[in-house]
Amino acid sequence: MTASSGVVQPHIEEEGPGGAAHGTTGIDTALLGMMLFIASEIMFFAGLFGVYFNVRAATPVWPPEGIDFIEPLPLTGIGTVLLVLSSLTIQWAIWRIRKGDRTGLVRGLAVTLLLGVAFLGIQMYEYFHFVTEYSFGIDSGTYGTLFYTLTGFHGAHVFGGLVGISVILLRALQKQFSARHHIAVEAVSAYWHFVDVVWIALFITIYILK
Amino acid sequence: MATTTAPHARAYPSGRTWVYEWLTTTDHKKIGVLYMTTAFSFFLLGGLMALGIRTELAVPGLQFIQPELYNQLFSMHAITMIFLFVMPMFVGLGNYIVPIQVGAADMAFPRINALSYWMIPMGGLLIMGAFLFGGSPIGWTMYAPLSVVEPARGVDMLLMGLVLLGTSSILGAINFMATIFKMRAPGMTLMRMPMFVWVTLVTSVLLLFSLPVLTSGLIMLFIDRNYGGGFFDPALGGNPVLWQHVFWFFGHPEVYILILPAFGIVSEIVPVFSRKPLFGYKAFVLATASIGALGFTVWAHHMFTTGAVFLPFFSFFTFLIAVPTGIKFFNWLATMWGGQLRFDTPLLYAVGFISLFLIGGLDGAFLAVVPFDFMVQDTYWVVSHIHYVLVAGSVFAIFAALYYWFPKITGGKLNERLGKVQFWLLFIGTNLAFFPQHLLGLDGMIRRIADYAPNAGWTELNFLSTIGAFMIAASILPFMWNVFITLRGPRDAGDDPWDANTLEWATTSPPPAYNFDALPPVRSERPLFDLKHGTVAAHPASVPAAAGQTHGELREDAPEERLGQPVEGHEDSSGETRGPGAEVSAQAPDATPAAGSDAADLPEAARQDAQKPRKPGEPE
Repeated sequence: MTASSGVVQPHIEEEGPGGAAHGTTGIDTALLGMMLFIASEIMFFAGLFGVYFNVRAATPVWPPEGIDFIEPLPLTGIGTVLLVLSSLTIQWAIWRIRKGDRTGLVRGLAVTLLLGVAFLGIQMYEYFHFVTEYSFGIDSGTYGTLFYTLTGFHGAHVFGGLVGISVILLRALQKQFSARHHIAVEAVSAYWHFVDVVWIALFITIYILK
Repeated sequence: MATTTAPHARAYPSGRTWVYEWLTTTDHKKIGVLYMTTAFSFFLLGGLMALGIRTELAVPGLQFIQPELYNQLFSMHAITMIFLFVMPMFVGLGNYIVPIQVGAADMAFPRINALSYWMIPMGGLLIMGAFLFGGSPIGWTMYAPLSVVEPARGVDMLLMGLVLLGTSSILGAINFMATIFKMRAPGMTLMRMPMFVWVTLVTSVLLLFSLPVLTSGLIMLFIDRNYGGGFFDPALGGNPVLWQHVFWFFGHPEVYILILPAFGIVSEIVPVFSRKPLFGYKAFVLATASIGALGFTVWAHHMFTTGAVFLPFFSFFTFLIAVPTGIKFFNWLATMWGGQLRFDTPLLYAVGFISLFLIGGLDGAFLAVVPFDFMVQDTYWVVSHIHYVLVAGSVFAIFAALYYWFPKITGGKLNERLGKVQFWLLFIGTNLAFFPQHLLGLDGMIRRIADYAPNAGWTELNFLSTIGAFMIAASILPFMWNVFITLRGPRDAGDDPWDANTLEWATTSPPPAYNFDALPPVRSERPLFDLKHGTVAAHPASVPAAAGQTHGELREDAPEERLGQPVEGHEDSSGETRGPGAEVSAQAPDATPAAGSDAADLPEAARQDAQKPRKPGEPE
């Protein structure tokens, strides 16, 4: 009996949120782990937001002069709508697999993946646009640093979420999930909702409350 | 029951060497040992840096170390000791002890646990590698604007190394919390958890909420240094004091991350060696939680002199922390009061901790007084304070823990005589090294200087301090020799050499893979004590009123049955015979050989009652 031979590892068995794994009730251990991870991610973004508001409060003109091209509409608004929509589609996928509908799960995840890729595409186009047409980069004063750091780290989290969605999509295609066993889908969707909420906060802070 | 009597019948499957086994292990005990040995290696490295610093400061003038290297040494000494020694050491102890204390088979996420560990040597390598690339002479606090403009590449390596270590700690914290919330033994309610588990939980919360903020700060600093960012650069519209806010928002909870586990260790040891339950268990839990909460309200007391913070608020909350800390002191003293004290090395270290940490706490309270803080800001008073808290505090507790749990981890008990030699060397050395620094600080000697004037009147005190530093270094030698001879000697400490109270002493030394075949019932925070002494001595105050709805007593014949449901025919109060399977587990004498006479005095029925088998989990 060695450590790696996995004789008894109750924690890695997948149970639905309603199922009680090994005598315990309540939230599944894996989902709890994801929730705690999201809590730490919230603190990470809290640090970035804290710095943003600190600098903003200390700067007389905000956004600084010459920065008049950061507009919520049309492009970024479309990206926001797509990302919010993707939160709905991944939730729809969860509802499908809870009922045992594997095809619905695959469709929901695939649409979510496409919407996420579209959002990232729009963000990259926007970056390209800002850098080439307005020479607005990460070194263009504090505003540029904040803009690219905040949106960039959010973009990196979107990318991480897309990797997660791709993994569960591949697993879904291999029919690894069922109505009872789909905790990975639940965890990834929780993360995806978190990424979505962060974007809504960022969108309001940077694009609307100028 | 085979694993209880012969845990290593066949240690490794054929074809796998022990190297492969240790490199790939996901067993929390092996990972714990890896953590501890890695941390101890960095302790030696950080200690050598400290010796370099103290040697240079022994007498006025520059003798051995030029200021450039000196700046690297004091920066790296602090980074090494905090991030690569104390934190991984506590995580390692927690890794080894916490799952056993809560009666679990492993951590909640064993593979993430292994990942957390392997980030430590990687991060350590990056940070130590900084010495090859100009070092990182920016202090451990990495204050902007110096950290932004310092050209050495070593700074970037330090930043990335710290991001790795931080990620490791975040994942570790998640793992501990999931383990503690989800994997406790039946009957172990939150208010029956051993105190070390409680402090690990609170520490994990602190890690989870403070370290991501440091990570964001480190990344911002990295962007400022490498991509022309302007977070902390006033020329670009940034604010250098902002770095201090971000850093100390992490940095102050970090102080409690470094000391709360020490509180937990002392609270494990003092009751065992006083032969009494911990005085005021609930008060202790509440005090721990309030220290954790208050830890997030006081970060700016490191920034009084910046003029950028609201002094009364932060001063008041800093004083407020003295209240829960004081409660803990009274808990420990009241636990020892009237107890049958056994001055074995663990208690010696615990008492050393209590007495010296008191000094560290008191001189810290001085620092909360704003006018006094303005006077001693950046002087050796602060250096003295942090070392009384981290050396006399954390390091003493770490040695207490190592002496206390060494028999459990290896099966061999460390030599008492060598332990006492080490204790007195360390005790005297610590005071000699750090008490004079109080006086130096009051005398105006500022920190982070490689040299001082011969006529400043600081020479004698500095020389004393250097002697103390070498005594501390000397005290490590008997410890290493002790570990060496104990590992070579017979592993005959037994399962419960200290006659202790908590579940880790109910299994073999060292515990088998997955720790337990059978768990004693948990009806108080001292399940093993209840097992050995029956119900007469059970500590009634520790049993919550809700004992009737304990998480289900496990049935012998259906161990995998859903818990939380009332089990008919099983009494909650002890002393009554239980289900039909009670007699199958007759290994009670084996499990507690060191308890000899105590166990023998128990009525047979009570002992059988107390020994209900519990399979670690479902067979499939």
